[in-house]
Amino acid sequence: MSVETTPAERLAAFLARTPYIAFLGMRAELAGDEMTAILPYSPHLIGNTLLPALHGGVLGAFMEMTALAQLAVISGGPRPAKTIDVTIDYLRPGRAMDTYARAEIKKAGRRISSVHVEAWQEARAKPVAAIRGHFQMPIEG
Amino acid sequence: MVKPPNFISAMTGSLDETAARHMVTRTPQTEALGFQFVSISEARGAIQVPWRADLVGDPETGVIASGVVTTLLDHVCGLAIRAANAVPQGTLDLRIDYMRPAKPQADLVADGHCYKLTRTIAFVRALAHDGDPEDPVATAQAAFALIGGGA
Repeated sequence: MSVETTPAERLAAFLARTPYIAFLGMRAELAGDEMTAILPYSPHLIGNTLLPALHGGVLGAFMEMTALAQLAVISGGPRPAKTIDVTIDYLRPGRAMDTYARAEIKKAGRRISSVHVEAWQEARAKPVAAIRGHFQMPIEG
Repeated sequence: MVKPPNFISAMTGSLDETAARHMVTRTPQTEALGFQFVSISEARGAIQVPWRADLVGDPETGVIASGVVTTLLDHVCGLAIRAANAVPQGTLDLRIDYMRPAKPQADLVADGHCYKLTRTIAFVRALAHDGDPEDPVATAQAAFALIGGGA
C-alpha cells in the first residue's frame, strides 16, 4: 500500500469498517493528534434498569474500542490491532447519559502496544471507568 | 422507588431458573446482544451469545468483537454471584485475557464461577469458548462489590 492516508482518514476507516462500533453507536473526533471517543446515550446500552446504569461490559468495550481507534490513528496498515489483554477498573456508575473517552498510548511498539483509556460523563476529573490494555499491532501492508 | 416485581426476583433472594433466565435475557443490553440463558448451578452460571453479523469486530475475519466478549464475561460473573446467593452491586475490576480469536461466525459460550465470597466482595473467574471449554477464546478474573456488604 503506497497511498498516504491522514490520521483522520485512518480513524474514519476504522470506525466505518467495524460492525460492532455501529452496534454501540460510537463516534470519535480528532483535534490535531488528540482523539476523543463519544458514546451517545441509547436505551439499548443499559444494563441496570433500576438505577438506570450503562452495562459495565459496554463501558469496558467502549474503552477497548477507543484504544483500538487510537492505535488505528497512528498505524499505517488497514487492519485493526488485536486485543491481548485488558484490565478494567470501574470507578463510578455509568449513568444513562453520553460517555466520552480518551486513550493514551503508553508505548507504541512495533509488535505490541500498551494503552491506557479513561472514560467520563459529567466531568473529565471524575472518570466512570478506566482500562489498561496490551494490543498486538497489525502487520503493515 | 417502586421496583418492578420481576426485577426484585432477579436481584434478591435465592436465584431460581426463571429469575436467572430473566437476568440473562431481559436487560436492554443483553437483549440487544441476543444473550441466551444456558444454565445455573451452585455458584456457577453459563450464558450463550449467538453469532450475528452486526456484532463482528473485523469484517475480514467474521469473528465476534472482543467488546461483546467483555460484556458476556461481565454478565456471566454477575450470574455466578447470584447463583452463589449473593447480590452484586457492581464490578470493581475485570481482567480479560484473549487467548485466541474465536472461529469465524462461531457462537460463544461463557462459564462463570464465584469461587469466594466475603461479606463485601465476590471473587469470580470466567471463560468464554466457541465449543470446547478446554480451548478458551478468553479468560477473565473479576472482583465485585456486594449489596448489603457496606461497600
